Amino acid sequence: MFKKLYFNIKNFFLIEIIRGLMLTLKYFFKKKVTINYPYEKGPISPRFRGEHALRRYPNGEERCIACKLCEAICPAQAIKIEAEPRPDGSRRTTKYDIDMTKCIYCGFCAEACPVDAIVEGPNFEFATETREELFYDKEKLLANGERWEDQIAASLKLDSNYR
Amino acid sequence: MNFVEQFGLSVFGSNDISFLIVVILKILAIVLPLLISVAYLTLAERRVIGLMQLRKGPNIVGPFGLFQPFADALKLMSKETIMPTGANKFLFVIAPMITFVLALIAWAVIPFDEKNVLSDINVGVLYLFAVSSLAVYGVIIAGWASNSKYAFLGALRSAAQMVSYEVSIGLIIISVLLCVGSLNLTDIVLAQKTVWFAIPLLPMFVMFFISTLAETNRAPFDLPEGESELVAGYFVEYSSMSFALFFLGEYANMILMSAFTVILFLGGWLPPFDIYPLNLVPGFLWFVIKVCFILFLFLWVRATTPRYRYDQLMRLGWKIFLPFSLCWVVLTASFLMLFDMLPKSV
Repeated sequence: MFKKLYFNIKNFFLIEIIRGLMLTLKYFFKKKVTINYPYEKGPISPRFRGEHALRRYPNGEERCIACKLCEAICPAQAIKIEAEPRPDGSRRTTKYDIDMTKCIYCGFCAEACPVDAIVEGPNFEFATETREELFYDKEKLLANGERWEDQIAASLKLDSNYR
Repeated sequence: MNFVEQFGLSVFGSNDISFLIVVILKILAIVLPLLISVAYLTLAERRVIGLMQLRKGPNIVGPFGLFQPFADALKLMSKETIMPTGANKFLFVIAPMITFVLALIAWAVIPFDEKNVLSDINVGVLYLFAVSSLAVYGVIIAGWASNSKYAFLGALRSAAQMVSYEVSIGLIIISVLLCVGSLNLTDIVLAQKTVWFAIPLLPMFVMFFISTLAETNRAPFDLPEGESELVAGYFVEYSSMSFALFFLGEYANMILMSAFTVILFLGGWLPPFDIYPLNLVPGFLWFVIKVCFILFLFLWVRATTPRYRYDQLMRLGWKIFLPFSLCWVVLTASFLMLFDMLPKSV
């Protein structure tokens, strides 16, 4: 009975409302957690799975040996590879396409790759205006590899102990 | 304004036209700053609520995001106006106009400073009350004309809510009027020279504020909008400028109700104490500061409280506010009678 009376009195004088208002006022002056995204960016993990890239050896040779393990494991069947031997006898791809609209960014291709050729780099800002721009070919992937090589190599090294 | 009168006399040969010009200029002087403050109220709302939720709010467009309202206005104007099939075209178009115009015409009687009022009529409070009651029509016409069940439900809720809270608002105003003895808004402010009515009538002030929240359909009483269950309430079907008119009307109403609160309870343009540094500040500025404070309260409450359930809203209006304000009217009247403090009739 007293409990109910107490509750009603508290209700009537808006005690809880005022306490709530004080709490929000306190938060009003607190430091904000927002990251000003295009100007500031949050940290990303070395295991981050972003835009794909095909890497080269330091001497400029393509790493990819056209084993097609990535094509085989890809659950979204986004990768398409064609290959034939080069004049010097080594086996290389003639076609390496990734349909980025199909890709689910699972990272299986990078895990399957025996020579760390295909990797998912740290880039996640590759929105385009047309769908066609997202059908990546070998040229685009190699260009990505050149562009992001420093960061890819660094994150591969950081993560190497756990592989 | 003497210059304008002379100008009218010399150009048009009559003082009626010059009177008209003066009035039109005065109206512009009220409406333009009002619309700009409405624009900035929307920005202030997003910023304040953002800050209270540990976010930053819009801060990219212009310095501190100050041009955000104009970007929004441009966006709204470039959108397509959609007329729903089966909508009553005439009413559908006229409803946002009603809401917007009603939100503007009420400003005719608001005194910004001593003598600084468009029309100093003797039934100012009655006029304000009547205009704010008419606002229900805009809402219910919009809801009905849209031919959509969400809009209709929102309109019904809104109408019921506005009507029920007007009853207690009326009683609260009566208790203020008992202390003043005049319906003129300027007189109401001048009667607060010694003490603002917010102090002797504190419970009334709190109740009036809460009722204005309900009257303007603001959180925690924003059931008519109720995004989660009614999409957006009575203006779901509106887009582009007709939507913007509703938006402007709603926020202009918020400012209007804050101004009304300030006039009734916080001494309008009067400084808190009539002492040296405070009474140097022009009265208009005091008025603006007080209105801003009340508007901040609006936003603050919105950032704090969750939405009421509909039966809770009705219970609060009819079973708590109505009897309590009625009691307080009787209490005020008997107190004034007992100590012979009733205002003398002029």
